[in-house]
Amino acid sequence: MSAAENDIVRSADDDVREILSAAEGYSVATSRFNRRSFIKLAGLSTGGLVLAFYLGDKSTVLAQAAAQTADQTKEFTPNAFLSIAPDGSILIYSKGPEIGQGIKTAFPMIIAEELDADWTRVRVEQAPINPAVYGRQSAGGSRSIPTNWDQLRRAGGVARAMLISAAAKDWGVPESELTTANSTVSHSAGNRKASYGDLALKAAALPVPDPKTVTLKEFKDFKLLGTRVGGVDNVKVVTGQPLFGIDQVIPNMQYAVFEKCPAVGGKVRSANLEEIKKLPGVTHAFVVEGTGKATEVMPGVAIVAKTTWAAFSAKKQLKIEWDESGASKDSWTAASAEAAKLSKQPAGSEVLKNIGDFDKAITETKPIEAFYSYPFVSHAPLEPQNTTAWFRESAVEIWSPTQTPDSALRLVAGVLGIAPEKVTLHQTRVGGGFGRRLMNDYMCEAAQIAKQAGVPIKLQWTREDDMQHDFYRPGGFHSFKGAVDKSGKLVAWHDHFITFTADGQKPVSSADIAPEEFPALLVPNFRISQSKLPLQIPTGPWRAPRSNAIAFAVQSFLHELSSHARKDHLEFLLGVMGEPQWLAPQTEFGLNTGRAAGVIKLAAEKAGWGKKLPKGRAQGLAFHFSHAGHFAEVAELSVDANRKITLHKVTVAGDIGPIVNLSGAENQVQGAVIDGFSTMLGLEVSIENGRIQETNFDRYPILRMRNAPQVEAYFVKSDFSPTGVGEPSLPPLAPAVGNAIFAATGYRVRTLPLKREGFSV
Amino acid sequence: MRLTVNGKEHILNEVDDATPLLWVLRDSLGLVGTKYGCGVAQCGACTVHLNGAPVRSCSVPVAAVAGQQITTIEGLAGKDGKLHPVQAAWVEHDVPQCGYCQAGQIMSAAALLRQKPKPSDADIDAAMTGNICRCGTYLRIRKAIHAAAQTAGE
Repeated sequence: MSAAENDIVRSADDDVREILSAAEGYSVATSRFNRRSFIKLAGLSTGGLVLAFYLGDKSTVLAQAAAQTADQTKEFTPNAFLSIAPDGSILIYSKGPEIGQGIKTAFPMIIAEELDADWTRVRVEQAPINPAVYGRQSAGGSRSIPTNWDQLRRAGGVARAMLISAAAKDWGVPESELTTANSTVSHSAGNRKASYGDLALKAAALPVPDPKTVTLKEFKDFKLLGTRVGGVDNVKVVTGQPLFGIDQVIPNMQYAVFEKCPAVGGKVRSANLEEIKKLPGVTHAFVVEGTGKATEVMPGVAIVAKTTWAAFSAKKQLKIEWDESGASKDSWTAASAEAAKLSKQPAGSEVLKNIGDFDKAITETKPIEAFYSYPFVSHAPLEPQNTTAWFRESAVEIWSPTQTPDSALRLVAGVLGIAPEKVTLHQTRVGGGFGRRLMNDYMCEAAQIAKQAGVPIKLQWTREDDMQHDFYRPGGFHSFKGAVDKSGKLVAWHDHFITFTADGQKPVSSADIAPEEFPALLVPNFRISQSKLPLQIPTGPWRAPRSNAIAFAVQSFLHELSSHARKDHLEFLLGVMGEPQWLAPQTEFGLNTGRAAGVIKLAAEKAGWGKKLPKGRAQGLAFHFSHAGHFAEVAELSVDANRKITLHKVTVAGDIGPIVNLSGAENQVQGAVIDGFSTMLGLEVSIENGRIQETNFDRYPILRMRNAPQVEAYFVKSDFSPTGVGEPSLPPLAPAVGNAIFAATGYRVRTLPLKREGFSV
Repeated sequence: MRLTVNGKEHILNEVDDATPLLWVLRDSLGLVGTKYGCGVAQCGACTVHLNGAPVRSCSVPVAAVAGQQITTIEGLAGKDGKLHPVQAAWVEHDVPQCGYCQAGQIMSAAALLRQKPKPSDADIDAAMTGNICRCGTYLRIRKAIHAAAQTAGE
């Protein structure tokens, strides 16, 4: 690789690290994101330049270099993102993993918009995994759209510019007199038209312009973006085509399972391998020492067999004696008791942020206090973890449903002790991500087992494996004290956050809170302090990490304060927002109180906030900003005397800039509401003696169709840069429902899941 | 053992009687459209038709269904490739997110429409309650079932 290519690979890894280290420290992750974004945005605001995200330009240049190898006498391939054939058919490569967020449709739509392509002639394929060519190839943090927006637009824009040049040359007219639409270049003055197919080979003979020089459309001129477009793989999905990781079959493939200690950190002392090897269909059984890292390979026993069922059956016969001297002894019961004790201590062991004089303010008002808690939860994507791996001649070829293929190349290479260029990775469709597959542990295991067994294998986790070896959404606790003044204005706020740590220093992955967490910069006297409990079980990002839990606590307690002050919550929230302003760090990816007020008002208006409802039926309103998205939601529900909840409708308003695919965005919002309700209602993994108690859906009750509320989604059509939707639409749901339960019954929900307090649906 | 899947008869050697139908379909016959989700009939991803009725293939031993009519997602469309009305409605209403559960959802929905051509919301709730969609596409599934009932009736 050239130095430039190396540089880009490193940058791509950095991107992924940022997502993964959503974990390692909020300040590190966000300051890097914001600093870079801010530099670009500074260009936007001062020079009127188009927003250019990092990686975009460099990798498009490399993508062009890659396209040089294409046969330009047969098709027009201006870069690695698309090619146009003389028959007018257009092939677009989608660079990122499709995990259900709709990116395999959205990315090509962005290219097609700037290309002015006839969408009905577009075919989409998954791009090869090659960060040197494509830059970031990951799905996480709702960042696919914002980080790739500019790169993809320019990829399409370059092709359009070349088609225009080809037509201008052909007709001897200035390029400025030509227009494009629907895969056609037109010269209205000369009454001439040519299809992209007719122009393809002529365009292919032209030099490729620098992507930075092409003129992009103004948002108002978008034709395809903002419309409802069906998923490009829908027909394949509904006819059962082999799209997913679990569907991959390679020659002479055998089927592997892997048993690890149910308490993380346990090692194999002994196992009945000889007995296992004699079982029907079993070809190999061996101990895998592992690297000792949960993100790579933990110790365990691998079984390889001729069918999945033979492997599953043999796994049940395994008798392993574990050395649990270093294994987790974590207990949720013990942690909860400890947290309750800590909550009685007002300060917390460390102060993360202090604004104004909270202690003084509190003496001048009548403060209220409340203690909130939420549990650990599992990702439980419906496709259990799996990977197909073939190790031969010191190289490995892998087929895997992953969210982070770009960083996986180096990770797997490290585990196997081979060079990263000896790893070839085929991205499959992903049967649900939710953050679980940012980690590639199952991929590392498959590669290691394939190497040890010496045969191509598909590693298949059972559902029980999946639920016992997750990177869980961490549980947490908030002890609040807050006050409003006589006019009903929020004047004091203290959140003592009780979380978990593995190293005694920093919180574990996704268990941190931002020092500026809302409403930090909108309250004159504000404090966040923190205490930490020990934890060994791995945690990780779960759809809208941190926000998915913190929003419940913060936005519920805000409602406690407004209720205490007998203020209408809509009016109160708008009062907290105040005048429109960007809050620190004041980038376009930060919270803007004007945008916040906009979605709060829109959700309230569309839901008929304040309308008269029968007894037992009520509305709840909540807002939360995360992943650059402003979202407000109104939940309308009934609660009967037996605490049976009927969630009638949820009205969602979001501001995420221009919408790429309206059908996809609406689908994400519906899913986020249902996921949010499902999780707050009945989901928790309880941990005792380091072991997860809930190992299948019988004890982990994902919401069923009959309990799904109606969802209405509305988007503020703003001209800010587009940002993601899959995550930020989830966090407001839980507090909106909690606030509605309070309005309906007078009972304040402070503990999740709801089923713990006797609620059901 | 003889197994009739999507109208085609297969002779299976070396398959243990107790093997769940799911794994015979996937590993022996290469019909991978039917999905593994939980292995305990809780999620519905493995739903197929047994003599027209929906069953969870992860929990049906293959020996129990020898000689009976099994239909999988691969056999739902017409021989000419024309999509079943339920499949067509799924595409029309852009139902899938990740798509993993959808084969099972579609098989449950198709079985429902066979039994009740014009189902009510309550009929749909009852018929679909065994199928989890982790992405939460339930609202579109409901819409698509009603739409399929409409087109199938035309």
